[in-house]
Amino acid sequence: MAGIDSGVAAHLALARPKVVAALTRQFRSLENAEEAFQEACVRALVRWPDSGVPRDPTAWLLVAGRNATLDRLRKDRRLVFDDGLAEAEVSGDDAEQDIAEQIDMAELRDDVLRLLFMCCHPDLSLQDQLALALKVIAGFSVEKIARALVVRPKSMEQRITRAKKKASAMAVRLETPSLQERTARLDAVCTMIYLLFNEGYSAGGGDVHIRGELCDEAIRLLRLLLNLFPAQSEVMGLLALCLIQHSRRDARLGPDGDLVPLESQDRRKWHRAEISEGQVLLEKALRRGRPGPYQIQAAIAATHGRARRADETDWPEIERLYEALEHVQPTAVVSLNRAVAVSKIQGASAALDHLDRLSGDLGNYLYFHTTRASFLMETDRPDLAVVAFRQALSLGPTGQETEHIQQQIALCEARQK
Amino acid sequence: MQYAILIYASEGFFDRLPEEEQENALDQHRALQKDLNEKGALGAVAKLMDTSAAMTIRKKGDSLLVLDGPFAETKEQLLGLYLLECDSIDDAIEQAKKLPQGVAAYEVRPIGWMGGALEKPDSETD
Repeated sequence: MAGIDSGVAAHLALARPKVVAALTRQFRSLENAEEAFQEACVRALVRWPDSGVPRDPTAWLLVAGRNATLDRLRKDRRLVFDDGLAEAEVSGDDAEQDIAEQIDMAELRDDVLRLLFMCCHPDLSLQDQLALALKVIAGFSVEKIARALVVRPKSMEQRITRAKKKASAMAVRLETPSLQERTARLDAVCTMIYLLFNEGYSAGGGDVHIRGELCDEAIRLLRLLLNLFPAQSEVMGLLALCLIQHSRRDARLGPDGDLVPLESQDRRKWHRAEISEGQVLLEKALRRGRPGPYQIQAAIAATHGRARRADETDWPEIERLYEALEHVQPTAVVSLNRAVAVSKIQGASAALDHLDRLSGDLGNYLYFHTTRASFLMETDRPDLAVVAFRQALSLGPTGQETEHIQQQIALCEARQK
Repeated sequence: MQYAILIYASEGFFDRLPEEEQENALDQHRALQKDLNEKGALGAVAKLMDTSAAMTIRKKGDSLLVLDGPFAETKEQLLGLYLLECDSIDDAIEQAKKLPQGVAAYEVRPIGWMGGALEKPDSETD
């Protein structure tokens, strides 16, 4: 965006999700809404540098986007506006103020939620959902999305176009959602944003392990969502979780770009202000007395965050939290993590007992065997560890994982001699 | 006399600026803090977290309500503040003018009473 006032650009980026969301409801089309927003931005870039940034950029852009579209379709008035907003000129300060007062905040927040929800269309693959959200809501360029998701730009473009059509065709009720509908939409949207975060946090494909811009964008979306729905404790919990996880970004990569495990990280590189913010948001969320999976995971992350050194970690607290998480989210990863916490408190042989009780459910899970193997090494059973590592090898590890497992096998075999 | 400089802007705006502009703006903050510190005129300086982390306590009838966030739906939020010693309001205005312009509005407000001495919070920002 060379040559463009960066302050104006920042205001445009900040207003984008709300403006596109409101225009999507008015035009019933993502394509038209995006186009109208673009035209509104063009008008803003002409006006704002001279007249100053309006007091309510969102309202200004919304009116400008509508007017631009109306101008274009003057002779072809198929568009129906059903929001009762007056057609207004945006030249005068007063007109803009009037419009700002006509924008219903409650309606706007459901617009943003609806737009995010449209991006989670169940017929779209996960990657297409993320691509669509990045394009429509965050305003990423196709090239940037292709780079971030490790897809060729050409095919990314086609996929986004198709995804946009599918999402637009989705029969999303345009009236105010019921409480249940709103809760269901918030759930789906939180899942999508967390997947976006994880796509950046443990980037698969390509040659880097962390794609910070995806994590940043997920955090921005969560801030937006929380700003619109300030009483949603799981949104708060998810923002807390992402902030604390992302606070470790500089410590998670070693000099060669390899991932550094939590216990070996240089904790001075953690971004303390972000951990503090996550901690506060979590405390605030827990006041509501409805702990869900995101709040519990945030509590686990916060417990790690409080430990200045790895050996100061409050493992009993972490084990209790994983136990709570197992109740609301009984998955293999959670059970394995709980076993790791058990090993830290009661030693590797107690953790092995714990794992044996899970073998029926997790026998086909790669990390069950690698975790078990490392406990077997700790309890001085390299022979059995080799068996477990070999089992892990048969379950389709990635290239890097295969390499790591083979190193471990070599280590075990050396110890057996 | 003591003054507060209250910093107002839209939440999330600063974060959207190019990194080098953010860094330039922070440099201006650091320069002012250094200058005021050398003169012994800096009482406190704080960057506030997002209003999403805030709560409001308000009495309604006989009960005390604890509500999420600040009440007012304003476009700009209080994002941070300085407490400083100045010779005059003109001097206070001059200090506020040294802060990065265009990224926030600065309210210069005389302090009626001030007390307290806290340690720095657990954070890396300066």
